[in-house]
Amino acid sequence: MSLSIDDVQRIAKLARIRVNAAEVAGYQTQLNGIFGLIEAMQAVDTAGVEPMSHAQDLTQRLRADAVTEPDRRQAFQAVAPQTENGLYLVPKVIE
Amino acid sequence: MLDHTLRSLSTLLADGKASSVELCRDYLARIQALNPTLNAFITVDADKTLAEADAADARRAAGQAGPLTGVPIAHKDIFCAEGWLTTCGSKMLANFVSPYDAHVIERFKAAGMPALGKTNMDEFAMGSSNETSYFGPVKNPWDSSRVPGGSSGGSAACVAAGLAPAATGTDTGGSIRQPAALCGITGLKPTYGVVSRYGMIAFASSLDQGGPMARTAEDCAWLLNVMAGFDARDSTSLERAQEDYTRDLTKPLAGLRIGLPREFFGEGLSGDTARAVEAAIAQYRKLGAETVEVSLPNSSLSVAAYYVLAPAEASSNLSRFDGVRYGYRTPEYKDLTDMYEKTRAEGFGAEVKRRIMIGTYVLSHGYYDAYYIQAQRLRRLIANDFAEAFKACDVILGPTAPSTAFRLGEKADDPVQMYLSDIYTIAVNLAGLPGMSLPCGFDGQGLPIGLQLIGNYFGEARMLNVAHQYQLATDWHARAPQGI
Repeated sequence: MSLSIDDVQRIAKLARIRVNAAEVAGYQTQLNGIFGLIEAMQAVDTAGVEPMSHAQDLTQRLRADAVTEPDRRQAFQAVAPQTENGLYLVPKVIE
Repeated sequence: MLDHTLRSLSTLLADGKASSVELCRDYLARIQALNPTLNAFITVDADKTLAEADAADARRAAGQAGPLTGVPIAHKDIFCAEGWLTTCGSKMLANFVSPYDAHVIERFKAAGMPALGKTNMDEFAMGSSNETSYFGPVKNPWDSSRVPGGSSGGSAACVAAGLAPAATGTDTGGSIRQPAALCGITGLKPTYGVVSRYGMIAFASSLDQGGPMARTAEDCAWLLNVMAGFDARDSTSLERAQEDYTRDLTKPLAGLRIGLPREFFGEGLSGDTARAVEAAIAQYRKLGAETVEVSLPNSSLSVAAYYVLAPAEASSNLSRFDGVRYGYRTPEYKDLTDMYEKTRAEGFGAEVKRRIMIGTYVLSHGYYDAYYIQAQRLRRLIANDFAEAFKACDVILGPTAPSTAFRLGEKADDPVQMYLSDIYTIAVNLAGLPGMSLPCGFDGQGLPIGLQLIGNYFGEARMLNVAHQYQLATDWHARAPQGI
């Protein structure tokens, strides 16, 4: 497998990372190098092996539907780039 | 200062021969003198440290001191600490003052251990050399032209150089054990789920685990007693009874069965490291242990599987850094997508972007089964290998890293070579087992070599016993770098 320049641009778009024209060839080489390492996996026959998503067999814990957290909006919004009236400000998305 | 273990500092405090404020002032002075060279700390705040030390002294005066009250510790900058700059080694969080404490930080505060500062690390814990930090690389105290390992490189370097008696670290693919090996200290990654991940900035959630880094196995046991325990705020925290990890330290090793995985002693291992590990095996035989050969046939594929699974989880975890709720936001943008893309392009470094892109690709439509599911199946085979090996032995032993500390810049432009420095550690994270690294000698250039121990699930106390008995019989862990 080998990623093309277009593949790299498409992945960057999906990842919401701007990759400019000057950088894209560098990423292509590095990502292809890493996929070269990853491809070794394909040699193993894993038919019938149950995928392992986690080290422990856990079930989701449930808790009572009760308020447990105090209101710390001010403290949490103090670290935000831009807020107004307790809301996070972002560029307009709906016309 | 270099000679002090947590135990000896604890004794000094208990005997009234030193106060916490005095200890902290001494360490802060050493940090001030040596950090400009080593770059082990991102943030130091003497006023905060001394206020915590003062409170610890007051607690002792009131007769309410625990064994570690007043003993200072440094924290990897991945742990959120209220009122402290918490950067995770990234420009993305270069202005982030945490509004809350990680569970691990709460635990150390409750134990009365003052924080000496926040240690440097690879950006978002992605790296094996500390060179991906936005705040510049950490230097290895044994040779400042070399890397300290990573990602917990600042924590390892500060303990090795005596800037702190102990530090916290995190380990996703070897990030406690590999820097511990390269800096000549002792570090332990617990069984997955033993230490809460709450407030520990996420990289790959099914692999990330916090743990202690210190001079000795005994110190690590003391620290694990503080760090380990159930926390409802981490959905994968295990509900288990509190353990005393020091309980088995003094047990003799007679009858211990040490498994030697033949795959860990083959091609790619440097001669000096192989000789030091062989000498450690001989030492263990002298202590009464027997050795058995075991096999981990799928371990050679652990790096490949890891570089699918960890980036996949990272691409999801790091989607939260979008310039909206915290951290960096690009100064100029024309719409929301433009803001996201520029914020992330400017806020993340090259290695983090590479991993996010790999993760995005392997999770994308059409590639999910071939990469992500295949890697999860390999993960099962790797875990099964360990389960089989532990039928024949109590603990597995081998090298921590294939070579000693490499030169700054040597592997920085070649991600694949960098990834292979974790070839002996990654399988342990995939299986979720506990592992540790302890010093076992030096190479021809005077650089420390690490011995890796791997325990069965929840086998920390036994593993610490095995490490402690070795440290009673050897003095590799007590050596300190010259000229520091």
